Amino acid sequence: MSVLSVRDVGLSFAGVTAIDGVSFDVGPAELLAVIGPNGAGKTSIFNVLSGVYRPQRGSVRFLGQPILGLRPHRIAAMGLARTFQNVELFHNLTVLDNLMLGRHCHFRYGTPAALLWLGRARREELAARAKVEDIIDFLELAAWRRHPVRLLPYGIQKRVELGRALAMEPRLLLLDEPVAGMNLEETEDMARFVLDIRDELGIPLVLVDHDMGLVMDLADRVLVLDFGRQVALGTPAQVQRDPKVIEAYLGET
Amino acid sequence: MTHTDRKVRIWGRPLLYTSYAQDMALFDTRAKKLWCGGLVLFALALSQVLVDHTLELLATALVAAIGAIGLNLVTGYAGQVSLGHAFFLAIGAYTAAALSGDPAGRTLGFGVTNLLIWLPAAGLVAALAGVLVAPLATRLRGLYLAIVTLGLVFLGEHVFKEWDDLTGGPGVGRPAAAPELFGWRLDRPGPLGSREQQLYLLVLVVLVVFAVGARNLARSRIGRGFAAIRDRDIAAEVMGVPLTRYKVLAFGVSSFYAGCAGALLYTVSGGYFEAGSFSLLLSVQYIAMVLIGGVATVSGSIAGALFITLLSPVTRELPALLPFISGDSTQTPNVFQVETVLYGLLIIVFLVFEPRGLFGLWLRVRTYWKSWPFSY
Repeated sequence: MSVLSVRDVGLSFAGVTAIDGVSFDVGPAELLAVIGPNGAGKTSIFNVLSGVYRPQRGSVRFLGQPILGLRPHRIAAMGLARTFQNVELFHNLTVLDNLMLGRHCHFRYGTPAALLWLGRARREELAARAKVEDIIDFLELAAWRRHPVRLLPYGIQKRVELGRALAMEPRLLLLDEPVAGMNLEETEDMARFVLDIRDELGIPLVLVDHDMGLVMDLADRVLVLDFGRQVALGTPAQVQRDPKVIEAYLGET
Repeated sequence: MTHTDRKVRIWGRPLLYTSYAQDMALFDTRAKKLWCGGLVLFALALSQVLVDHTLELLATALVAAIGAIGLNLVTGYAGQVSLGHAFFLAIGAYTAAALSGDPAGRTLGFGVTNLLIWLPAAGLVAALAGVLVAPLATRLRGLYLAIVTLGLVFLGEHVFKEWDDLTGGPGVGRPAAAPELFGWRLDRPGPLGSREQQLYLLVLVVLVVFAVGARNLARSRIGRGFAAIRDRDIAAEVMGVPLTRYKVLAFGVSSFYAGCAGALLYTVSGGYFEAGSFSLLLSVQYIAMVLIGGVATVSGSIAGALFITLLSPVTRELPALLPFISGDSTQTPNVFQVETVLYGLLIIVFLVFEPRGLFGLWLRVRTYWKSWPFSY
């Protein structure tokens, strides 16, 4: 059974069509890459999946449940995590607190317990801290644990954002341009983390990126979009040979 | 990867933590423990040392600190700028005064003088008002929210001026809440000393409880949710923080603090209050406490409240030093005008030179002495 199934989704903003009839599935422990020129609708698809945009038509099922129309925090609680194209961290919080916030849905205690910091609140916070420390180890963030994220270099901020999404213990992870603006070394680090997430943690991923080398190396399948329309869907080798993809990227021959 | 829960203290290594419980404790360093313990002891000792008039002033400052912590929760932590704090203070003050008022008196009263009833009740009624106002915050943000909450102050001012039964009418006023604990009137000389000494000790205890509660809230999932909404609201929602519920919660808790502060404010200072007190100026004073003390810090709120409250007796001394400033409110320039100008000036100076406020100054001093005598 697929983790995510998107069927014929259409989204438009007052006459501008952002997504036009896109359908795809994401299988367990699969890495699906979404590529396309600027304005092709890649980020719009992510915003539909995480509940920020509401499409006019189509259906999206996550773990068998329909999720269109749910508020973003409900979808997050079901186990769908994402990162953003432009880093959207909580800038005044430390790396540790950003990651702890990622576990927001896993806490059960309420306001009275929080005011007193007794019993359940203390137990849950300590347990969450242990889980967060595992992610800090996994992403090699220990050196920056106490730093407010606004003071960190861009490459590290991207990694913290990945950590915050991982802290949610997601069932599906959406990565929006995880290596945008990174140098070669940072890109290779990130690629290694992405592969580890799929292979060691077994979390399926959807990845949007412009770095074709990275996409073709990592992805199990590639979805190609152009002007919101679905141009191709297949393995990297199939997609690279597809004449329609070549046309979208290179222009008419 | 193993996580140890054993607490081990190694002699000579006070900052070596061996468990997350130690690392996440409220007082995570020995210095913090000693400072806070010392300050509380110092505050207790002051009740025996200072004269009654100064104690009354200090008690007023401590009550203001409760209100400032409340405003800091909604504005500093959750980032929802509120100019309506005076309105919530007023609701608390009138709820407490009406509950504990004399049933046979000139103004509305129910005769429930038990502090343990009217103090939480004042907080809860104010919190309810906060919860009713909060949905506005889910639709508006930044300046627009500030303007709407400003409207609350004017609405409240009008209602309280007209509702003579409750407030005693403009220029007349009514007695503040009567503090009674198990049949023991705290506003009359008793076993703990004079009226001022007893009230001072009462508000000191209440402040410590409220401050610890706010610190705990700030470091919990709820405080992190507030900060997330302040820094990036869309990202917060995508990470699973329900925006509407958290904004309502922020206003509710903040107004609860304001309500309790309002209830105690006039009980400790003078014992009598008037509807005109809850004007925009009061809201601005609380904004000044938060900005000058330190945004999103509890200790900063307390420092700011002490600073602003103790500022006015200092300015009252000005006519003696600078003869061109008058002590009479009918003449210009007078001390009241100077005071208002000072609030504005102080806010500007702090925003420009130390946006982290008094708390930031303290951080500078601390880092300096941490590395002293080596600069790095």
